[in-house]
Amino acid sequence: MAAEARGRQYWIQTRRLTVALLLVWFVVTFVASYFARSLSFTFLGWPFSFYMAAQGSLLVYLLIVLLYARWQGARDAAFDAGPDEGN
Amino acid sequence: MPHLTPARTRATDAGGRLTTPTSSTAVASVRADAEAGAGSNFSRTLRRYYGWFTVGFLLFVLLLGLGERLGLPRVLIGYTFLFATIGLYAGIGIMSRTTDVAEYYVAGRRVPAFFNGMATGADWMSAASFIGLAGSLYLLGFDGLAFVLGWTGGYCLVALLIAPFLRKFGQFTIPDFIGARYGGDLARAIAMVAAITCSFVYVVAQIYGVGLITTHLTNVDFSYGVFLGLAGILVCSFLGGMRAVTWTQVAQCIILLIAYLIPVAWLGLQYTHSPLPQLAYGSVLERLAERERQLTKDPREQEVRGIYLKRAAEINARIAALPASWREGQAAARRSIEDLKAHRASMHELRTAERALAAYPAGPEEARRAWQQEAAQYAERGSPLMPHTEPFWSGEADPDKAEQARSTKRWNFLALVFCLMAGTAGLPHILMRSYTTPNVQQARSSIFWALFFILLLYLSAPALAVLVKYDVYTAVVGKHFSDLPAWVASWSRIDPSFLRIEDVNRDGIVQLAEMQVGSDIVVLAMPEIAGLPYVITGLVAAGGLAAALSTADGLLLTIANALSHDLYFKMINRRASPARRVTMAKVLLLLVALVAAFVTLMRPGNIVSLVGLAFSLAAASLFPALVLGVFWRRANRWGAIAGMLTGFGVCLYYIATRYPFFQAALGLNSTDWPPWFGIEPISSGVFAVPLGFAALIVVSLVTGRPDAQGDALVDFVRLPDSPGRESQDPPRNR
Repeated sequence: MAAEARGRQYWIQTRRLTVALLLVWFVVTFVASYFARSLSFTFLGWPFSFYMAAQGSLLVYLLIVLLYARWQGARDAAFDAGPDEGN
Repeated sequence: MPHLTPARTRATDAGGRLTTPTSSTAVASVRADAEAGAGSNFSRTLRRYYGWFTVGFLLFVLLLGLGERLGLPRVLIGYTFLFATIGLYAGIGIMSRTTDVAEYYVAGRRVPAFFNGMATGADWMSAASFIGLAGSLYLLGFDGLAFVLGWTGGYCLVALLIAPFLRKFGQFTIPDFIGARYGGDLARAIAMVAAITCSFVYVVAQIYGVGLITTHLTNVDFSYGVFLGLAGILVCSFLGGMRAVTWTQVAQCIILLIAYLIPVAWLGLQYTHSPLPQLAYGSVLERLAERERQLTKDPREQEVRGIYLKRAAEINARIAALPASWREGQAAARRSIEDLKAHRASMHELRTAERALAAYPAGPEEARRAWQQEAAQYAERGSPLMPHTEPFWSGEADPDKAEQARSTKRWNFLALVFCLMAGTAGLPHILMRSYTTPNVQQARSSIFWALFFILLLYLSAPALAVLVKYDVYTAVVGKHFSDLPAWVASWSRIDPSFLRIEDVNRDGIVQLAEMQVGSDIVVLAMPEIAGLPYVITGLVAAGGLAAALSTADGLLLTIANALSHDLYFKMINRRASPARRVTMAKVLLLLVALVAAFVTLMRPGNIVSLVGLAFSLAAASLFPALVLGVFWRRANRWGAIAGMLTGFGVCLYYIATRYPFFQAALGLNSTDWPPWFGIEPISSGVFAVPLGFAALIVVSLVTGRPDAQGDALVDFVRLPDSPGRESQDPPRNR
């Protein structure tokens, strides 16, 4: 059925987006923290690792959540507007 | 009507069980349809109301400030803040009273994303965030940033893995989802117990915070403070449930952010010449590092630290000589009392000696525990100064030992961040908020707004910690004891746990090592440190109160709703009428609140530190079942039950056998129960979460596929909802 195929496609893309964004999340959180002692160069007046943990990573989190909401919202709209509404 | 979706028909067919949507859901559906058209209107009205509210609150603070100039006494300012804010919350609570099930449990599912985000933010920012966070950062330096990372990054997990799917599912509680996805009352019951356990620990800590702040603001007795705060909590939630809590939380979010950001901006003006120190404190960081280098080389600092190290060595010698040293110590204490009596010493001296004997460890084992703690404290105070920005710092002189200590710190940092993040994505009072938005897309944007408002505070806390630290290092340290700033004397008089300074080397000058700073003072004393009028001190206290009340509201509602909805309605009396369910929920709310207040009054000293444990518990018990419930179709009932029990069990076991407070209660020797890989018990989730996941996966694979209803539910939550289909029912909505 076309509707089911579209549903599967939608979910595969959702999963792909989720994995990609979680990868970014993982890097700015765990990789940056693990190497915190090596990343001690100065960045805009802050020691880089301190800046990341106090501000940088937090702003990336906000961006991740924003992009996810934006992209998923657009995909939802496209899904609804697509053929075979289901009703 | 676009309500009858394929999903619902399929559920009826597949399960063979009758799916009768409750009348309340139908009511909610009709209302949601009506609201969908009026949604933007509603949003506009709300924006106008809360806009005026913000202006009004600022005027109120300004007026009180003017009053202070004209000689309004301080006590009166404190009372005005206390009663004006609680009265305001009560007013909103009474205006939002309701007897409708959907209104009571999920605020009618029509809270726009922006306001739901604010409410989530207030729900999230507790007394610990508002008062404790900046202080922890002051004390722990870089390592304290684990809290900042963990308590914000968790929202990525909430947004990507849980919230939109819960909204699509669209019922009332978190155990609801577990119960519907996996089927059967057992899974629901376990989820309920887990949800209640972590929420209860958390709520007791909040009520404790409410009591402390009320006492601080008005000088009433702690127990009155608790009951006053309890009244404040109940007027918000009792009459209107989630609906009332939501609209008070929005107001509380505004108040707590104003209360935090105004003094930070002021302090920023002093040190960075910018009202946004969040952007500009890099320069202070450099000056702070310079001052740290100076203090490290200061011979007087080294002298004080040397004295501490000597004391630690003395205590260690006594520990090595146990049990003989215990008997000697006891005999010496008795002898000194006899001596004092024989020499007719003053009453005061005799009392002190008697008190020392009474506090003497009861046996060699107790002595070992107490002395080890004492020695560790002295050793810590004697260790070199910690540079604020250095990650995983260790004061060990021996390079091998230092490297090992740094490695342990690094892994503990990562483990703590992980537990706090997964815990955020498992704490029911936060997840519940995704049910209250009108649709899935709004649930996603709501998380964005929540994180936005949370960041306003979380980006300021590290800046505040640095500014206060720089102030203390320059305006207090190195000064003569006779000309210290006024706030130092007044705060060390209130409670020595806030601030204690002792002239250890008797040179009349304050050395950094002679100060002991409690974490709460950093925020509470900040207005005085910045030289702000008393009205700002009142404002900060009102902000802390708003933070504690809003979190307590959300938590109490979570507990009471789990009992009334999941236990009473879903498991005991399926045929209860909507009116009866709401009444039941209100009665239970009152009972839970009283029990929580009662536990708080027993002053479980360690309860505040137990909050961190609630995150590991939530992460270990609920996070795997929620995530795999959406992302892994094959997860089934027995897997979920095994996963939740394993996570919960491992977490409890690790905490009970490794946490000093429980070790003492269970009579375990800390040397026989060393932590696994040096990981602190607060991060027990780092073991429990993977084990929970593993148990869920393995048991699911060896038992059968999930039933058709569970399968249908997975399809249902994964697909987007369309504007016309907002109120559709998920499968297995019995």
